[in-house]
Amino acid sequence: MKKTGSIVLITAMLALAGCSGSGSGSGSNSGGAPADINAKSEGVMTYAEYDAAALDTKVTVETYVQAKQSWWDNKATLYTQDADGGYFIYDMPISEADYGKLKDGTKIKVTGYKAEWSGEVEIVDAEFAIENGSYIAQPIDVTDLLGKDDLVKHQNMKVSFKGMTVEAAGKDDAGNDVAYLYNWDGSGTRGNDLYFNVSKDGNTYTFTIRAYLCNEDTDVYKAVEALKIGDVVDLEGFLYWYEGPNPHITSVTAAK
Amino acid sequence: MRRWLSILLSALVSCTLLGGCHGSRGMAAFVIPEQLDESRTFELTFWAKNDTNKNQTKIYENAVASFQKLYPNIHVNIRIYNDYGKIYNDVITNIATNTTPNICITYPDHISTYMTGDNVVVALDELFDDEEYGLGGSQLKFDGVKEEEIIPQFLEEGVLAGKQYALPFMRSTEAVYVNETYVKKLGYDLPEIMTWDYMFEIGEKAMTKDAAGNFTLNGQKVMIPIIYKSTDNMMITMLKQKDAGYSTEEGEILIFNDTTKDLLRMIGGHAATGSFSTFQISSYPGNFLNAGQCLFAIDSTAGSTWMGSRAPLSDISPDKIVDFDTAVRMVPQFDVNNPYMISQGPSVCLFNKADPQEVLASWLFMQYLLTNEVQWGYAETEGYVPVTSKAQNSEEYQEYLSLSGTDSDHYKVKIDASKLLIDNVTHTFTTPVFNGSTSLRDAAGQMVESVVKSVRRKETIDDAYFDKLFKDMNALYRLNETGAVNTSKEDLGPLPPASKALLISLALIWAMIIAWYFYDQNKRRKAASKQ
Repeated sequence: MKKTGSIVLITAMLALAGCSGSGSGSGSNSGGAPADINAKSEGVMTYAEYDAAALDTKVTVETYVQAKQSWWDNKATLYTQDADGGYFIYDMPISEADYGKLKDGTKIKVTGYKAEWSGEVEIVDAEFAIENGSYIAQPIDVTDLLGKDDLVKHQNMKVSFKGMTVEAAGKDDAGNDVAYLYNWDGSGTRGNDLYFNVSKDGNTYTFTIRAYLCNEDTDVYKAVEALKIGDVVDLEGFLYWYEGPNPHITSVTAAK
Repeated sequence: MRRWLSILLSALVSCTLLGGCHGSRGMAAFVIPEQLDESRTFELTFWAKNDTNKNQTKIYENAVASFQKLYPNIHVNIRIYNDYGKIYNDVITNIATNTTPNICITYPDHISTYMTGDNVVVALDELFDDEEYGLGGSQLKFDGVKEEEIIPQFLEEGVLAGKQYALPFMRSTEAVYVNETYVKKLGYDLPEIMTWDYMFEIGEKAMTKDAAGNFTLNGQKVMIPIIYKSTDNMMITMLKQKDAGYSTEEGEILIFNDTTKDLLRMIGGHAATGSFSTFQISSYPGNFLNAGQCLFAIDSTAGSTWMGSRAPLSDISPDKIVDFDTAVRMVPQFDVNNPYMISQGPSVCLFNKADPQEVLASWLFMQYLLTNEVQWGYAETEGYVPVTSKAQNSEEYQEYLSLSGTDSDHYKVKIDASKLLIDNVTHTFTTPVFNGSTSLRDAAGQMVESVVKSVRRKETIDDAYFDKLFKDMNALYRLNETGAVNTSKEDLGPLPPASKALLISLALIWAMIIAWYFYDQNKRRKAASKQ
C-alpha cells in the first residue's frame, strides 16, 4: 500500500517484544497493577465516551501499552488498549529516555485529539504521563467477524485469526506463485513490510508484517518468509485499518 | 627579527589550520584518474528510491544488468528505498563512519547538508568536462548524454554554491487531478489554467447537503472537495506566485511575512467549511478522488497512475470506485498569465571515496542512468519526464506519448501529467538550496497543517495565533541554527574563549607586523642617510 514508507519516515528504535513466533497474549494484570483496569481517573473518558467523541475533539484516556511501533525524531507510535477497546497513538512527542520507560503493559494517561486517517481512528498531537498499573490484553478471536461490519468495533485491539489458509500473494519473476511480497506489489526488498494473503471460507484477506513494528530479525518476519501456499496458520496482531481492515501481524504459528 | 616573526606567523597559521580541522569530517578532494583501471573489480553501492512501484525496481535492475555487460568488473549493488527522508537520514548517519554509498538518489536540498563535511560529495564540473570519461566522453562504452542534451533548467537545479553537485535523474511537478464530471455537474467549465479562487469557489459549492445529511453532489456522507498532498509545495508555490518572500539564495529566511499570514487565513477559511484538507490530516488525495469524494486532488505527476476512476493502481476496493472523467491541470494560479509550478523529482549525487578509481567507476554508472533506455523506462512507470532532450525528442518516447489512452501502459492521465511538465518547463521554479533549506521547506508545510488542524479544532486564528505559530516554527525547525540566516536579529551571546584568543592573537600579530615595518623603514632610512 502506498502508505508504506510515506508517513512515518523511519524507525530509529524498534520495540520487538511484541513480535514473536508464538502466542504472546496473557490477558493479565502484572507488575503490581491496580486490580480494576476498568477504573478511570477523574476527567478521563471511558472507551465508550472516546468512541462517541467527534473527530478533531480533545480526548483524554487511560490506556495500556501493548506494543511500541517506532520512535523517531522524538515521536512515538504506540498500540494501546484498555479493557474495552484499542487506542492507536500516532506520533506522540516523547523523549528517547521516556520511550525506553514504556514497556508492554505500561499504563499511560494520554491527552490529544481524535483523528481519522484512511479509516484508522487514532489519537494525534498527544501528551502523556506514565501511571501506576499494568495490563497486557488477551487477543480476541475475530476470525468469524472477517468480512463483516462488526469487525471495526475491534479496531486497534489485539486480535487473533484461527485456521487461516495461506494463498498466493503474487508472482515471482519467473511467473511462479509466491506466498508473500516485500511491499504490497513486491517492489521492496528484505527489511520492507511483508504482505501475504490468507483465506477463510472462500474469502481472501491481505495481512501485513509492519517492518517498523516487527523487523526482519523477528520471529514473525522470518515465519512469514517461511510460509508456503496452502499452509494453515493461526495469527495474532493488531487490528489496524487502512481503507479497510489491515491487521499488523505479530505472531504466525501452525494452526492448532 | 625576521626569523622570529616568521616563526610566530607560521605558528599562528598552523594553529588556525589545525583549529579548522577540529571535528571536521572530510577527505582529500577527488582527482580524476587519467585512465579507468579495468583490470580491477569494483563493488559499488547505489541507494535508489522508488515510489513503491515494482516497475521502477525493474528499471533499476535492468540498468545495472545492462551496465555490467559493458563493464563486467564494475558491480553495482542496489538498495531500494521508498522514501527520500530515509535515504537522507541513512546518508547522514553513514557520513560519520565514511560508509556512504557510492551513488544515491537524492534532493539537492539534502546534498547541501551532506556537504557540511569536507569533500564528502564530489563536484561534477570537472567530470562533466573530462574528454575521456565526461559527458559524451570518448572512452565511454555507451551512448552517453552530452551536457547540452540535459534540459538546462533541470541541470541548473543541481548547482550548489556555484558548483554542480547533483545530476537530474527524473523530473515531475504537481498537478491537479480533477473530477471533471462533478465540476460540470456543478455548472462550471474547466479552464486550461485554474485560479485558486475558481477552485475554492467550486469547493464550497460542493459542500451542499441534502436533508439526510448526504452531500448532494455524490450522495455520500464524505466529501472533501480539495485535498493537497504536499503542503510544503502548496505554500512555496503560492508565495512564488505572489512574488512574496520565502528565502534568499544565501539562506536568509523571509517566509514569516504578511503574505504568508494572508494565505494561511485563506486556507484556514476553506478548512473551516470542510472543503479543504491535506494528506497528513485525511489521507491520499487519490483515494478520495477515485471514491468520488474529492473534486480537486493535488499531487505529484509522479503519482498519476493512482489517479482517476480507471487508474491502473488503487488502494481502495473496486466497489468504492466511482466512474468519472479525470482531467489533469496545472496547479492553481493567482495570475494565469504568469504561471508558476514547482519542479521536483529525483537527482543523483556522487560520494567521494579514498580510491579515485572507485569514484570514476561510480561516475560512469551515474552517467549511464541518463542514457535513453533508462530514461524512457523509468519515466514511463509514472508521470515522470526524462531529463534529457535526447530522450524526450526520440522517436520512441514520442511514440509512447502518442499512444495515450490506448492501454494501461499508456494510461491517459499519466501521459497528460507528463505532457503538463514537458509543455511548461519554462514555468517551473525551484527554491534556493542552502544548509537549512530542508528545515525551511518543512516549516512551510507545517504552517499549513497547523492552521488546518487549528480551525478544525475550533481554535481562534488571529494575529496572536500567527505570532506564536511563526515563533514555534522558528524554534521547531531551528531556523536560526542552520546555515540559514534569519532576518530577526538575535543576541548570539559572548564569543567563545578560543575565538577571543584567536582574535587577540591576530591583533597582536598585526601590531607586531606594523611595528616591525616602521622599525625596518626607520633602519633603512638611517642606513641611507649614513651613506
